[in-house]
Amino acid sequence: MVERIKIACTTENLKEVRKFVNSTLLKFHISENEINMIVLAVDEICANRIIHSNQSNRNNQLEVEISDKEEGLLFNIKDTGDFYDNTIQGDPEILNLVKEKRKGGIGLMLVRKIMDSIEVKNESPYTTYTLFKKMNITHA
Amino acid sequence: MNITTIKENQFYTISIEGELDASSSIMLDNTLTEAFSKKENKILVDCSRLNYISSAGLGVFMSYLQDFENNGISMALFNVSDKVKNVFMILGLDNLIKIVPSKKEAIELIN
Repeated sequence: MVERIKIACTTENLKEVRKFVNSTLLKFHISENEINMIVLAVDEICANRIIHSNQSNRNNQLEVEISDKEEGLLFNIKDTGDFYDNTIQGDPEILNLVKEKRKGGIGLMLVRKIMDSIEVKNESPYTTYTLFKKMNITHA
Repeated sequence: MNITTIKENQFYTISIEGELDASSSIMLDNTLTEAFSKKENKILVDCSRLNYISSAGLGVFMSYLQDFENNGISMALFNVSDKVKNVFMILGLDNLIKIVPSKKEAIELIN
């Protein structure tokens, strides 16, 4: 199974991505909580790419592709925005963020907690984030 | 997403309806700024109709904790669904932000 959605790069379209991931995962036996977590991880990467690498430019497009593999689910998030690999940064200390009154900085932490791997590839003009979630998947 | 506020006795209740994400979190930010500037010091957040939260929403709550602590402002979230609560729990934010099952418990906690 391979499912895809393409959206214009605005944060208003994040709900379309979430709806797409949610409806795709409902085809498998996955708990509601686990679906919500996976939706969240994909949402975080998409939001990051839309805001920081595409500057919310609705002329740019972002594609999310979901495929089922023998050992789990694979998510490719691809766009033509600026290349930036934020996975090279370590996780911040939550208490420091609170002291500094920061609103950002925890998105990638959430993704790391939810997914089993995150890889970033730059093949100009495309940047692709590949997320993998190891799980036993059976069709619903 | 929709946010409504109501002042009942000394409690300022913020009700969030819908999905709190990178697009809509600015609304919560504005609401908390308003509560802070009005010097509200007992803030209840009704999450019974909040069905999704991303890091953008968590970040807004987080960014007020220091100011609230410095100014003696108490805040408690109540009626949070398991799905949403689990997102707070992944990063241990449930240890920094008061989350209780009901409005009654939220009032008892911050009163």
